[in-house]
Amino acid sequence: MSAPVISPMSLPAPGPAPDGPARPVLEVEQVSIRLGGRQILDRVGFTLRAGEFTGLIGSNGAGKTTLLRIVLGLRGADGGSVRVGGKPLTRRARGVGYVPQKIQIEHDAPLRARDLVALGLDGERLGPRLPSRDRRDAVARMLEAVDATRFADARVGTLSGGEQQRVLIAHALIARPRLLVMDEPLANLDLRAGQEIVELTSRVAREQGVAVLLSAHDINPLLPVMDKVVYLAEGRAVHGRTDQVVRSEVLSELYRHPISVLRVDGRILVVAGATVRAEAFDAGERDVRADTAARPAGLPEVHAG
Amino acid sequence: MRAMSSPRSGFGSGFRFLFEPGFFSSGPVHAALLTGTVVALVSGAVGVFTVLRGQSFAGHSLADLGTLGGSGAFLFGVGPLWGFIAAGVAVGGAMDLASTRRRASRGVATGIVLGAVQGVSALLLYLDTTSGSTTGVTVTVLFGSLFAVSGYTATATLAFALLGLASLAVCYRPLLLDSVSTDLAAARGVRVRLLGLAFMVVMGITVALSSLIVGTILSPALLIGPAATALRLTQSPLAAMGTAAALGALATGLGVLLAYDSYHWKPVGNGWPVSLFVIALLFTAYLLSGLRRPRAGTGPAPATATTEAA
Repeated sequence: MSAPVISPMSLPAPGPAPDGPARPVLEVEQVSIRLGGRQILDRVGFTLRAGEFTGLIGSNGAGKTTLLRIVLGLRGADGGSVRVGGKPLTRRARGVGYVPQKIQIEHDAPLRARDLVALGLDGERLGPRLPSRDRRDAVARMLEAVDATRFADARVGTLSGGEQQRVLIAHALIARPRLLVMDEPLANLDLRAGQEIVELTSRVAREQGVAVLLSAHDINPLLPVMDKVVYLAEGRAVHGRTDQVVRSEVLSELYRHPISVLRVDGRILVVAGATVRAEAFDAGERDVRADTAARPAGLPEVHAG
Repeated sequence: MRAMSSPRSGFGSGFRFLFEPGFFSSGPVHAALLTGTVVALVSGAVGVFTVLRGQSFAGHSLADLGTLGGSGAFLFGVGPLWGFIAAGVAVGGAMDLASTRRRASRGVATGIVLGAVQGVSALLLYLDTTSGSTTGVTVTVLFGSLFAVSGYTATATLAFALLGLASLAVCYRPLLLDSVSTDLAAARGVRVRLLGLAFMVVMGITVALSSLIVGTILSPALLIGPAATALRLTQSPLAAMGTAAALGALATGLGVLLAYDSYHWKPVGNGWPVSLFVIALLFTAYLLSGLRRPRAGTGPAPATATTEAA
């Protein structure tokens, strides 16, 4: 890798995606916010292009959810700007699909999976809705696309976490947004269900040409599908291709602390401390692992030092 | 009890199996059937959203606090309907404004408003019974006065009921979305605070109307009872609202009939309150609906299958 030395604060804007148009779907510029006396985000900026799958990676409390809420217009920022499709955020019809981390629906609530997906078409509208064949067909197609047809008539509250995620993805994508925002979709899923959701999201998003911004505290489940990464730590962000960003020198500058990035069997370990060498790790010297506290990317211990 | 004159008219002139004489020709019965049925329709529909949104406690509190409006109305010499409506709208609005988006704090806000206002209603009821002429006021407020609803009040009741139904139809989709996830609704551009406030006002009106019919003690049952039963029987929101509305209307209609008939029952020809019959019917329906096995979803069905096997 011969990438130039990258300053976390001033990474060059990534070039257009290989197969996507040049127009950015999402432009986040210089977004800052202070909450409770703590600088949560400090001049964070990045750009998403059509069809790109971007992982928003950071530990718990790094500000991922806050950043996503600002992008969704659910909260304001102290400074900076967010543009979707070249336009500043407005209250309505921004072409953004959203999959929240949790939904608050009860087990016995009479809302079927297909009802929730139908709400994705025009759930914000006032007035009664006339049933139509087109709507039913669109819902059925979307349910099929996320492999949710078999539980289409079950109540949403009775579905498993992975099934609910599928329904929520269908809800978010049925209105054909340009951007799909997913807040920690893997947080409440077991490993296998999480992998299925990642693959499904990637496939459907590519089919529809939707840019995906998906937050996670572990980068590894996203590696097979991720085009770009936004790495969030200490209130700041680095953005770029995974191999540009997830490197020892880039993350060390981001965390302002020596960080080592290890690649093991195609997976990435982000480790606090500069003394670890990959070959030492590979050689299985257990004491190296012990005194540098190897941890998966982004656990709080990484930036505790 | 608060034996309004007319239902007694056919008293003693024979006994038929189901319909006592005069049931179909009695003016108060017609008014009671019409207003009772329409109010039950609204209550059922609003009740489904109340349960969906996890606001049963707020609905219950609104009814308790309707006592304030009802007793206050007597003190100031206006009809109980206006007292119920004013209290429902004011208290519902106050509860919504005092709360934040989190459900937990909504419960706390409801509790605080409930405690404060209930003290005042107790005072007003006391004043009603001591300075007023009869103790009938307390009975009317607490147990309803469907047979006394007539003329102007009946028209106003119908108007408010239609207003409630229309509001629900207008807000139907955003309300559903908001019940799934407030963030999801807000991200789609729904003004969730305004929506929440509007729903609380509609709930206030609905509870006020049902207080008029079955009284403040039992009006939460008219709001939640049919909805709870419908949730056991249906899968989709429209089906649930339709079922709840139909159940409420059926129970109210039958309740009116039984109350009318009860003037001829032993031991005394004094009649039993409508609210008793309405609530008894709704509760029976709820119990019966529990016998029906819940339709299997693909979710955590095994757990429920063993515990709820009929």
